[in-house]
Amino acid sequence: MPTGLLNGGGSLNMKDMTATILKRIGHSVITLFVISILIFIGVEALPGDLAESILGQNALPETVEAFRKELKLDLPPHVRYISWLGDFVQGDMGRSLSNHRPITDLIGWRLSNTLFLAAVAAMVAVPLAIILGILTALYRNTLFDRIVSMVSLSAISFPEFFIAYILIALLSVKLSLFPSIATMDGQMSLMDKLYTIVLPCLTLTMVVLAHMMRQTRAAIINVLATPYIEMALLKGVSRLRVVVVHAFPNALSPVINVVALNMAYLVAGVVIVEVVFVYPGLGQLLVDSVAKRDLPVVQASGLIFASVYIGLNLIADLLSIASNPRLRNPR
Amino acid sequence: MKNILNIKGLTIEGFNDNQWSTIVDGVDLTLARGEVLGLIGESGAGKSTIGLASMGYSRRGCRISSGSILFDGTELCQASDRVKQKIRGTRIAYVAQSAAASFNPAHRLIRQCTETRVRHGQLTAAQAEKEAIENYRRLLLPDPEGIGFRYPHQVSGGQLQRAMVAMAMACKPDIIVFDEPTTALDVTTQIEVLNAIKQITRHLGTAALYITHDLAVVSQLADRIMVLKNGRKVEENQTRKLLDTPGKSYTQKLLSVRSQRPIKKPVQLKQNVILEVNQVSAAYKKKELVLDTIDLTIRRGQTVALVGESGSGKSTLARAITGLLPPLSGEVIFQGNPLGASYRSRDRESLRKMQMIYQMPETALNPKQTIETAIGRPLSFYFGISGREKRKQVLEFLDRIELPASYINRYPGELSGGEKQRVCVARALAAKPELVICDEVTSALDNLVGEEILKLLQNLQNDLGVSYLFITHDLATVRAIADEVVVMLKGKIVEKGPRNKILNSPGHDYTKRLLNSVPKMNPDWLDDLLEKRKNTRSKKAA
Repeated sequence: MPTGLLNGGGSLNMKDMTATILKRIGHSVITLFVISILIFIGVEALPGDLAESILGQNALPETVEAFRKELKLDLPPHVRYISWLGDFVQGDMGRSLSNHRPITDLIGWRLSNTLFLAAVAAMVAVPLAIILGILTALYRNTLFDRIVSMVSLSAISFPEFFIAYILIALLSVKLSLFPSIATMDGQMSLMDKLYTIVLPCLTLTMVVLAHMMRQTRAAIINVLATPYIEMALLKGVSRLRVVVVHAFPNALSPVINVVALNMAYLVAGVVIVEVVFVYPGLGQLLVDSVAKRDLPVVQASGLIFASVYIGLNLIADLLSIASNPRLRNPR
Repeated sequence: MKNILNIKGLTIEGFNDNQWSTIVDGVDLTLARGEVLGLIGESGAGKSTIGLASMGYSRRGCRISSGSILFDGTELCQASDRVKQKIRGTRIAYVAQSAAASFNPAHRLIRQCTETRVRHGQLTAAQAEKEAIENYRRLLLPDPEGIGFRYPHQVSGGQLQRAMVAMAMACKPDIIVFDEPTTALDVTTQIEVLNAIKQITRHLGTAALYITHDLAVVSQLADRIMVLKNGRKVEENQTRKLLDTPGKSYTQKLLSVRSQRPIKKPVQLKQNVILEVNQVSAAYKKKELVLDTIDLTIRRGQTVALVGESGSGKSTLARAITGLLPPLSGEVIFQGNPLGASYRSRDRESLRKMQMIYQMPETALNPKQTIETAIGRPLSFYFGISGREKRKQVLEFLDRIELPASYINRYPGELSGGEKQRVCVARALAAKPELVICDEVTSALDNLVGEEILKLLQNLQNDLGVSYLFITHDLATVRAIADEVVVMLKGKIVEKGPRNKILNSPGHDYTKRLLNSVPKMNPDWLDDLLEKRKNTRSKKAA
């Protein structure tokens, strides 16, 4: 017996685990902090003077100077960064330059729309991907496996807008089943809302499905090669049960991670889909704000996207730890 | 008596290098109800493949190409998956070599032990649990009510192996296939598992196929023994007859490995001390000492065997001596000079003088490097030898380790396990070391192959005068090669001294237990031993 392994592979206790979790949370906070600096520097590095470009070429120098003062552009960058971050942490994102409304109001509704679309798409895509992943692992190398893999890989290979337009052409123009424009307002009922976002939701599902499905399949097939799976088969356990009950729980960790990545994508990467379907989400707002040089909004949206990304990855890591019986039940 | 299992002309092929080759070649086998048949042979003999085939199962990349497997009137070769699934677990059960790998890490033990009972619709979950607890108790597992509710990683190796026996007996099968169930265990733990197996084969009348490479172990359990080599039957006989009058020379060879004759070596004079380990303590985590104030001396040309069960700190001591794990306290003195705690703080010369050979030659050699590169590396690293001179010296080393010169351009993948271990020996010696630390160098090899490696090491020591620190859990190896024996238990040295004194008149209780746990070729050994231990226990109680 390699004794070193037994001694070295530590028996984890509760304290170690709490420490691991706290460390992981700490990493997330640091990452977020670094990203906030990068966003600030990025916006800062944009060419041209902000006040000039907003007021136009013909503005009087005094007006520009006054405007600069109002925007606090006369202060050194690090002072502005600290006050921006301080306000942001307290929930104050400042005011939009284009319409002077508080950014919090502007973003709030948009963010809820984006989250709604992402949540619905995730609720369709994640279970579908996992079920298909399990089935393709169960019937691996059969015709079924090949067809599912081919279709889902084709879907991921096309650009999102292409899939979106194909779906619009087929389901909206030709068959008139669903609206091609996903406009939302506050008064709509849940059913109406769901009906409105069928096409963007479908597009997103097709975009993220393959990734999660392939990962589930690969992780399960990996586990299927272990001695405890052979043992289960020799105990007379059915193939389906072997895959679902014996293999899947041990394949959870990689699956959780890829699901989290794709959910983060559903929130932060849907700009194109929102634009195609004219969906009033945060991505649209970001694109509009960049065009209008409404920099406080750009900064705020950027930081929100980053927080979602990091938050979901953090949750994935914590769930990964929780899915491991060795960590959950120390010796 | 009607046979429960009848195998005729079984031929199994495996897919290798793009072609089918025969693994099992026309083996006939019968097993009567309640009978225990031992299948014995070295790795590659096809024992496990036959064991699995008796359940109608073949691993990926293998196929049963011809023959008949008749289980209680059902032909398993042509049976549908459904039929086989019904039989598996309920009427034929399997006990695997490594329980740690064969229990699902995501489920509690009891859930796995009751799965067949419940899934085949024989009992409700609650009834099955009660029965499983009963089985744990019968197999003398500690805390039978609670142990099932633990996860596999929370239970020790020997207990897991017994839990797996409990899992196999859950449905009261007609046959249990035991596939090397004690090979991964220490001798002291092995006894408990052997006892558990004996319990159910003898008292429940379950028939069994017992697969192992260890003749002494199988002779404790089997009524009959079948010897296999390269997928063919060598011979088959009643256990006692086979041991007393082996018919074939191969069987005689298997028997003689275990007769534990020491290899001849010249008597040693009192030589200079080469390594001194002084009050060394070490730990992986703070406060949990894995080594507790160890003292050890090795003289020039001497072999010191370090014995103990897994977890006793043997390999950790090697890591502390080599500086891979800097000790917390104490010092390592080599040829009179104290060495730096970490290998990083030692100069190249002192690194050269101490070399290691590892348990797994597969992982110790880089698969992408030729044998010339592997053996030549220390030559160029320590002595700056290169080109033609290096090749010449590598060829000399190949000659020393009794491998043909043509091997020089081969890759490790083209060598057998024993040949790879020889290359590892040569690589260690290429540095012209004073001390070689051998960490379980024969335990991953078959007995006959391991014996050859021991002979080689002994010859090299006679020629070169190197010292060995020999880490092992196998007392037969100790008997064969050691001058001094050091016994470790839980990070402490409990006893040390000359080989004959330790092996023949051990002082410490643990050494005694270790020694009498080594299976002997005598079929009554286990019964006698258990009887003796029972008596001493009841004496102590009284």
